[in-house]
Amino acid sequence: MKMTGAEIFVECLKRENVDTIFGYPGGAVLHIYDAIFNQSHIKHYLVRHEQGALHAANGYARVSGKCGVALVTSGPGATNAVTGLADSLADSVPTVCFSGQVPSTLIGNDAFQEADVVGITRSATKHNFLVKRVEDLALIIRQAFHIATTGRPGPVLVDIPKDISGEECEFVWPEKVNMRSYQPVTHGHPGQIKRAVRSMLTAKRPVLYTGGGVINSHGAAALLRELSHTLNAPVTNTLMGLGGMPHDDGHFVGMLGMHGTFEANMAVSHCDLLIAVGARFDDRVTGRLDAFAPDAQVIHIDVDPSSISKNIHAHLPIVGDVGVVLRQLLEEIARRNGTPDAEALKLWWEQINEWRKKDSLGFDQPKDGPIKPQTVIRAVHEKTKGNAIVATDVGQHQMWVAQHYGFNRPHRWLTSGGLGTMGYGLPAGIGAQVARPDDKVVIFSGDSSIQMCSQEFSTAFQYNLPVVVVILNNGYMGMVRQWQEMFYESRYSHSYFDSLPDFVKLAEAYGGVGIRVDRLDELDAALDRALNIDEHFVIVDVAISKEENVFPMVPAGAALNEMVLS
Amino acid sequence: MRHTITILVENEFGVLTRVAGLFSARGYNIESLNVAPTMDETVSRMTLVTSGDERVIEQIKKQLNKLIPVIKVEDISHLVHIEREMLLVKVASNPDNRLELVRLADKARAKVVDSVYIHYLTLELTGAAGKLDDFIAQLEPFGIIEITRTGSVGMRRGAEGFVV
Repeated sequence: MKMTGAEIFVECLKRENVDTIFGYPGGAVLHIYDAIFNQSHIKHYLVRHEQGALHAANGYARVSGKCGVALVTSGPGATNAVTGLADSLADSVPTVCFSGQVPSTLIGNDAFQEADVVGITRSATKHNFLVKRVEDLALIIRQAFHIATTGRPGPVLVDIPKDISGEECEFVWPEKVNMRSYQPVTHGHPGQIKRAVRSMLTAKRPVLYTGGGVINSHGAAALLRELSHTLNAPVTNTLMGLGGMPHDDGHFVGMLGMHGTFEANMAVSHCDLLIAVGARFDDRVTGRLDAFAPDAQVIHIDVDPSSISKNIHAHLPIVGDVGVVLRQLLEEIARRNGTPDAEALKLWWEQINEWRKKDSLGFDQPKDGPIKPQTVIRAVHEKTKGNAIVATDVGQHQMWVAQHYGFNRPHRWLTSGGLGTMGYGLPAGIGAQVARPDDKVVIFSGDSSIQMCSQEFSTAFQYNLPVVVVILNNGYMGMVRQWQEMFYESRYSHSYFDSLPDFVKLAEAYGGVGIRVDRLDELDAALDRALNIDEHFVIVDVAISKEENVFPMVPAGAALNEMVLS
Repeated sequence: MRHTITILVENEFGVLTRVAGLFSARGYNIESLNVAPTMDETVSRMTLVTSGDERVIEQIKKQLNKLIPVIKVEDISHLVHIEREMLLVKVASNPDNRLELVRLADKARAKVVDSVYIHYLTLELTGAAGKLDDFIAQLEPFGIIEITRTGSVGMRRGAEGFVV
């Protein structure tokens, strides 16, 4: 059957099981938007800026476990999308972005709204394509989804010149994708599995250090918990790995790294076996490399071989899908009726519990003093019973939420971990709400971050997405101010806003509800009200103590056991 | 340490940029990079000469493999292998030294490829990179006008081929 490129696009998306896309039209994608107009299977959400489309697709992908899809026009449409692509690349989130391109005959002519999008996005994507013939379109789309969702997931961009989307050809659906140059490994090497189990069962001070790979791999979180209990080993999560282990599980010692708990960082610093699962030894996790887990043998399980031994040498690498490998490990332990070294572990847990007594996340909330941000986050946790889908922007509030919200399952936590993109939270939360219309989505933000993608309130209003945005408002770019206080003798260079908008009025201007909280005794009622509004989005603008810092903290370049506790 | 890496890639547009871009983005050195199609027209073969310690070279191999159109990567430095490079060099000459120059070329087994005019001579030489360096040094006193080199191409010895 003959179809235009635009019709092929729609048909392929349907067959890839896509029913939701986020986008913004423009000249080079008008054929495609016309094809979208003429069908009813795919629902298109109109954002207000292309960066929002990519973040929304990212949020959608993270909570739904499906591939997020965005559609943008050529030139500025695509360049606006770059931040969102780079964000999904850093956090390994499966997304496919389609961009319009000027007609093939004009490419290279500096045409109106032309940019070398394949060139610009090469290092911001897992892979990208320029479609040169309409006959190739279906196969490229098929490959794009295959690449985005398999192996270490990531963003893929498909650049479609306008003449290609307008041209007709016979539609052929490629039933199978087989790329000889792209064959991700899923199963761990059996020999390595055996060796790993031997180390695990003889370890005296083991630690499971787990990251986003546990979230990305379907069913891996439950297996991680099982392995942790089987080995009686503590689990620490990276920022990306939160939700991989229930926060109230006795084996969970909290997040590690720059703003991790004392017990997590001390456990890593003193362990004799570090089992890294779907984590990549980011500099915010390791601190000074030569002092990171100095006494440990390192087992590193990761689907991406290039993550292994990149920053920290792995004594025992296992390449494979985290979920598959965890299952292999559990099977091997069961096969040999293996039990860990109970006596050594008893001592290890005594030590860990000693570290726990520091209560490194503890804080004082004065009854009549300013509201502490931690108080707000813990209140939201209680009121949502820890079941909300939680998104954040970037900065102090992000770290406080990571420390204090308490996640109990995967796919409920959206944060820009790798790239650290301010402005991520609102559009990502919108994408999550689209994927899970019946769940409560709470977006924690700061007074600075929220201003980076605030145009998306208009999107939330248009589609009646009742996200709750809690702004922890201290009038500062808090994390910048904290670093300036600690490392630049409190010279607060350009980290203070004299002219914040009235966020209540901003909410109202965009059709939502705005609530301001200045005093502690107003907080409860405000949160209750906000969390029970199901028709509109809500902004809760909370005045928090202005110069609260995030602690504990490992200063950049210091060792994990050189923490500043307060 | 110097490493010679051979790479098989899908013969599609943009692959060279992906490889070169990887090296610049991650701060790796490229000493030389050679690329041309193979007998299988869907496959191109690259020979890349780089330097770094074992950890860096290991990362380079992994990062190359991570590129979607890269089919196969092999570091041939530690294997018994052959490496050759071609040089074109244009040397100034005059009636007095021309004979000496041609003799020198003969001795090095270089070919004279352009000798139409008396005031210059163009020579072609194939060999290991070091041999080319030596030859260039010998020519220097005559006055080298310009040189161009292909960069190394390499393959391992033995009956087995590095193919898809």
